[in-house]
Amino acid sequence: MDLHQIVFGVYPYLALATFILGSWIRFDHEQYTWKSDSSQLLSKRYMRFASNVFHIGILGIFFGHLVGLLTPHSVFLALGVSDMAHQGIAIFAGGFFGLMVILGGVILWLRRMFNKRVRAASRWMDINILGWIILTAVLGFTTIFYSIGHASRGDVTTMLVLAEWVQSIVLLQPNPELIRGVDTVFKLHIFFGLSVFLFFPFTRLVHIWSAPIGYLFRAYQVVRTKRAL
Amino acid sequence: MSHFLDRLTYFTHPREPFSGGHGVMTIEDRKWEDAYRNRWRHDKVVRSTHGVNCTGGCSWKIFVKNGLVSFEMQQTDYPRTRDDMPNHEPRGCQRGASFSWYLYSPHRIKYPMIRGRLLDLYRAERKSGKDPVEAWAAIQADQSKRDKYVKVRGLGGFVRTSWDEVLEIAAAANVYTIDKWGPDRIYGFSPIPAMSMISYAAGSRYLSLIGGACGSFYDWYCDLPVASPQTWGEQTDVPEAADWYNSTYLIITGANLPMTRTPDAHFAIETRYKGTKIVSMAPDYAEYVKFADLWMPVKQGTDSAAFMAMGHVALKEFYIQRQTPYFQEYARKYTDLPMQVMLRKHENGYVSDRNLRASDFAGNLNEANNPEWKTIAWDEKSGNFVAPNGSIGFRWGEEGKWNLLEKSAGADTTLELTCQGKAGTEVVSVGFPHFNPGEPALLFRNVPARRVKLADGSETLVASVFDLLVAQYGVDRGLGGDNVASDYNDADVAYTPAWAEKVTGVKRADIERTGREFADNAAKTKGKSMVIMGAAINHWYHHDQSYRSIMNLLHLCGCVGQSGGGWAHYVGQEKLRPQAGWAPIAFGLDWHRPPRHQNSTSYWYFHTDQWRYETVKPDALLSPAGKNRNKGYSLADYNVVSTRLGWLPSAPHFNRNPLELVAEAERAGATDEAGAAKYVAEQLKSGALDVAYADPDNPVNWPRNLIVWRGNLIGTSAKGHEYFLKHLLGAQNGVLQEGGVGNDCKEVKWVDEAPAGKLDLMVDINFRLNSTGAYADIILPTATWYEKHDLNTTDMHPFIHPLSEAVSPGWESKSDWQIFKALAKKFSGLAAKHLGVRRDLVALPMQHDSPFELAQPLGQVRDWKKGDCDPIPGKTMPLIKLVERDYGQTYNKFIALGPLMVKVGNNVKGLDWNTEQEYQELASLNRTVTEPGVSFGMPSLEEDIAVCDSVMRMAPETNGEVAHKSWSALSKKTGIDHHHLYAGRHEDKITFLDIQAQPRKIITAPTWSGIESEKVSYTAGYTNVHEHIPFRTLTGRAHFYQDHEWMLDFGEGLCCFRPPVDMQEHKKVPESVLKSPHLVLSWITPHSKWGIHSTYQDNLRMLNLFRGGPYFWISEEDAKSVGIRDNDWVEAVNANGATVARAVVSQRVPRGMALMYHAQEKNVNVPGSPTTGKRGGILNSVTRVVVKPTHMIGGYAQLAYGFNYYGPVGSNRDEVVVVRKIQDRDVDWLERPLSPEREAQRNPAGIGPR
Repeated sequence: MDLHQIVFGVYPYLALATFILGSWIRFDHEQYTWKSDSSQLLSKRYMRFASNVFHIGILGIFFGHLVGLLTPHSVFLALGVSDMAHQGIAIFAGGFFGLMVILGGVILWLRRMFNKRVRAASRWMDINILGWIILTAVLGFTTIFYSIGHASRGDVTTMLVLAEWVQSIVLLQPNPELIRGVDTVFKLHIFFGLSVFLFFPFTRLVHIWSAPIGYLFRAYQVVRTKRAL
Repeated sequence: MSHFLDRLTYFTHPREPFSGGHGVMTIEDRKWEDAYRNRWRHDKVVRSTHGVNCTGGCSWKIFVKNGLVSFEMQQTDYPRTRDDMPNHEPRGCQRGASFSWYLYSPHRIKYPMIRGRLLDLYRAERKSGKDPVEAWAAIQADQSKRDKYVKVRGLGGFVRTSWDEVLEIAAAANVYTIDKWGPDRIYGFSPIPAMSMISYAAGSRYLSLIGGACGSFYDWYCDLPVASPQTWGEQTDVPEAADWYNSTYLIITGANLPMTRTPDAHFAIETRYKGTKIVSMAPDYAEYVKFADLWMPVKQGTDSAAFMAMGHVALKEFYIQRQTPYFQEYARKYTDLPMQVMLRKHENGYVSDRNLRASDFAGNLNEANNPEWKTIAWDEKSGNFVAPNGSIGFRWGEEGKWNLLEKSAGADTTLELTCQGKAGTEVVSVGFPHFNPGEPALLFRNVPARRVKLADGSETLVASVFDLLVAQYGVDRGLGGDNVASDYNDADVAYTPAWAEKVTGVKRADIERTGREFADNAAKTKGKSMVIMGAAINHWYHHDQSYRSIMNLLHLCGCVGQSGGGWAHYVGQEKLRPQAGWAPIAFGLDWHRPPRHQNSTSYWYFHTDQWRYETVKPDALLSPAGKNRNKGYSLADYNVVSTRLGWLPSAPHFNRNPLELVAEAERAGATDEAGAAKYVAEQLKSGALDVAYADPDNPVNWPRNLIVWRGNLIGTSAKGHEYFLKHLLGAQNGVLQEGGVGNDCKEVKWVDEAPAGKLDLMVDINFRLNSTGAYADIILPTATWYEKHDLNTTDMHPFIHPLSEAVSPGWESKSDWQIFKALAKKFSGLAAKHLGVRRDLVALPMQHDSPFELAQPLGQVRDWKKGDCDPIPGKTMPLIKLVERDYGQTYNKFIALGPLMVKVGNNVKGLDWNTEQEYQELASLNRTVTEPGVSFGMPSLEEDIAVCDSVMRMAPETNGEVAHKSWSALSKKTGIDHHHLYAGRHEDKITFLDIQAQPRKIITAPTWSGIESEKVSYTAGYTNVHEHIPFRTLTGRAHFYQDHEWMLDFGEGLCCFRPPVDMQEHKKVPESVLKSPHLVLSWITPHSKWGIHSTYQDNLRMLNLFRGGPYFWISEEDAKSVGIRDNDWVEAVNANGATVARAVVSQRVPRGMALMYHAQEKNVNVPGSPTTGKRGGILNSVTRVVVKPTHMIGGYAQLAYGFNYYGPVGSNRDEVVVVRKIQDRDVDWLERPLSPEREAQRNPAGIGPR
């Protein structure tokens, strides 16, 4: 087994297993640490703009990757989305949201580093994870230039093998050979992205699990009763 | 179940909507709540309280979880109050509730620590084969070695060491000092025993057994209202907080009830519900002002002017225009108003002199016993001068007539208040001293007087105190003459409301109305008008005048001794209720008597060389009417006179080791105490021996060892902090002037080069590292208030309360009792070899409440040094007592209740009783000492609880049998049966386990002047007024008039207004400060909202509530005028030093005042001062203590020394500072990397790094 196979055949499972099990354990045992650690109380400067841009960007990126990579190729075709259209959407949406992540992230990172109060309240991991996400986003943004090159030649194979590889991982039939030939920058982006899952349970990112979506639909008054319902 | 899995079933949870879908019922998992529930879950609850200087004495539940204190909460199980009174509980404030943080905080001292350089030196000496004492001697003998650790005090450099080693060093230093310099060169300081009595007693017992001096705190803190001993012969006695509720008219001045008496404030608020009016007097909009019906914003330091004007109104309307029967009766029976005062020729008229005495009459008016101490009044019944019962002459040498019954020589009397218009009287012009700038120094007014023929055949004029008082207040009573006013609007005559308006800034109509209402209310309710007062008016140089002006008003209105009336002073006094049981243990009276006590103010005034900087010259304070035989003397000179006449104590006593002195006396043929005393008197007379304060800078007279426990002597308690650093400790300091202005002393020797670093060793015992620890040589970790067994009482409520060991002392700390016990053991081991059995000579001042308070009759000063008389111990100079100390047995004595409790018995306030029964009970309750030695078989004091129980068993407040014995002793003296006062509780015995179960109400005891009863709340003076027990004064009554020569010299025979003294320190600040825009402000340091009392300001929870570091308030207008904005860094500077803080710009304070909360330390968030170049400074960096000669009087009835009872106070409010903004760019945190200059600064020249 060579390094490529370890990184793209084994590492994804290590990262995803840590992500799931780590979150589980932390949620069950460290309830008080399950929070976003917002620093908004310490300083509001730049916070509203940068945080919103960053969050909108990263949600777009997340769902873009989710849909783009996990939807079976046949489904896209059945829906009438051609590979070229798929590639185009990926480039435009990815570029747009990726830029938002980078812009918001960099401002947040600078704030975290150079605002005295925020810095004083920052843990090592708070600074690192933000930097890591920015790096991942920058790498992801760099892949766009390659993708544009591919697209201009009408070549969609890279996109398709990436999706196929992701699906192979998810379907527990890992096939790292699928992406042995893609450009290094894609591999780097994948490695960085996977690592975010690995770090996830050890960071403030766990707040993502608890996005209060339920609040959008809940009744005004929620009462817990002792009698059986 | 797993929280996670539970979430996975989210969509399967049954839900039941209601209210049309607006609500929903669910059965979601509630386990997450356990996290919050666990936060408050605990293993045990223990009762304790907060114990250094909080008057609250609040009952707290301390919650312990997993061996750690997790939080505290108010207890609510006090014994009930009377039916018509609000409850005491819940007691406890937010500060107390945050103390648990402190146990595990970074400030906590966890291990015994010592200055690294000292340890190196000591270990090197020990290695060379010396024993501990020899090793210490070797270090002290070599100046370069001594400098190595002395000069780096305050610069860090502590290392951890073992208890064994550190105690060995401290004990060796003590042994060496006793042998080389004398035991009176060892000093101990700890404040306020009432808050943790056993901790206090631990150190004071150790010191007393070895002969060290214990320093007072109450006077040093300037919390002692000197007017109280002057007026009542009582240190301080005040009503419990509940009695505020019984009042129907309250004036509150200088006591910020909601802030500093948080758990008690509700009584003052609740009394408003029944219609009580509250008048507040504060220069700033203090928290208590908002509860008042009327706010009289009085200019700081002018309170006496306002109260004198109220007295003017009360006198005029209730004594002159009409006579209120209740007031007349009260004045006659319980005050000195009917007493006769001799008038002395002065200029074209007279001035008042001393009280007339029985000894002035031919045949002494048939009073054979102490005729010089029996004051005289005119009896309307017999139409003659009589010596009424109760004056101090009746207290000693006879029995049954020391009472306030209206009797004299067995016959009923009615004492006359005024002789105006009576046959055989005349009207004469009498001069009254006056000190308001711009007005005459002597105001002549007409006074009615009688002629009396004296024993020597001469004739003199006498007037009653009442007639003098009416004149002093400037009330026009139809006698004509100048300086009296018939109109309140006459602003030219002193003490009218209009005149007071000029001085105080308070509207004249408000003063007039308040004076009238106060008196009118008292007349209608028989004295239920009350004044609550506090530190804000007590910390001034002339605070005694402010207090006397209030006491005068109260006495004129018959309020003192009446429930709901009287004075209520709450500043640091914290009633030590079981005092009589505690004192023998605390001062080792069970083994040796007397102990060495020292008034701290004089001590520090000399030993920190603050006298060298004295700008206040007594000549400027003298009255032209005095005899003024000490003209030209400095304040320090007055103190020297006072110690050599046996008025104030002095440590050291003389410029010779007292052990040596005894040996010399013996060599010269003395065989006993009298012989030694005679030898000392001769030596003093010849000049071969002198009192130590006459040459305080001589190394022979330096203090050598200092032990501080439970306190912050060098920080918040150091008036003149920078002088402590400079002279006492030899540390870096911020003093901005050269000491030279004190160079005009007549009695004190001046040396040009002031010493720096007098102390050989300073030991700090504490659980927090504060300024005192930072400058100490050895720091010992002690138990906190939740880690030891101890006792706590307060004057705010009548209960005795425990401190309990909720958790064992953290890290390596031990309770104070165990620390001193261990030190005693080390000491004994070393002392057996180096000291053996020695005879020690104690020079004791004439004590109040002992027959020696009759030492110096007629208030005349007779100075043996000036040839007025011979030095006679106990008469014209201190008593000389010999004490034999078997130094090797110190530990054995420490751990057992000694034999003198059986042989001599116990006493309090001049009452003696036998303690044999209690001694036997303690032997079985606490078991006996099993260690061989001098104390084998005696009741054990080895464990803290045993000490607590010993205190309680021997005190009348906690043992009904002792109450019975002490009341019997008093009944014999007064000739009145007082037994009914405690009768219901004769069989009660309160133990430590009882009070751990529930705080217990104490038993009425003759130690105090109030009673515990079902009918009235505790109030001061109650037994004087209702039981006819005399006040412990010259006349036996409350004094308006003070006839001691020095009192008259300083113009304070009667109360008068005296403006703040000019300290002049603000006129000597560096040019650089004056060049920038600045303010000149008076420096006010009241108690803090976010610290002291029950926790400390550097508690993170407290820091979070405000600016997170030091701050002081200034007014908006002042700030604007020099461009200071809120939260700017500012610096307060004067010649004493500088302090840096943030400015709080607020409408709360008036112009002309900077208000810095007390007890802010320089350990958190304090930058350097641009002016001194040193770290920030503290509130005391800009203060310097000034002493007042009238506080040094002794040997004269109530003006006789008692520990924490009389003596000059460490006043600090008259100080003025220059305040300027520090630009942000100039804020220097002194955190640069070490430059060569800084390195040199840290390691002074010739010292070098460790």
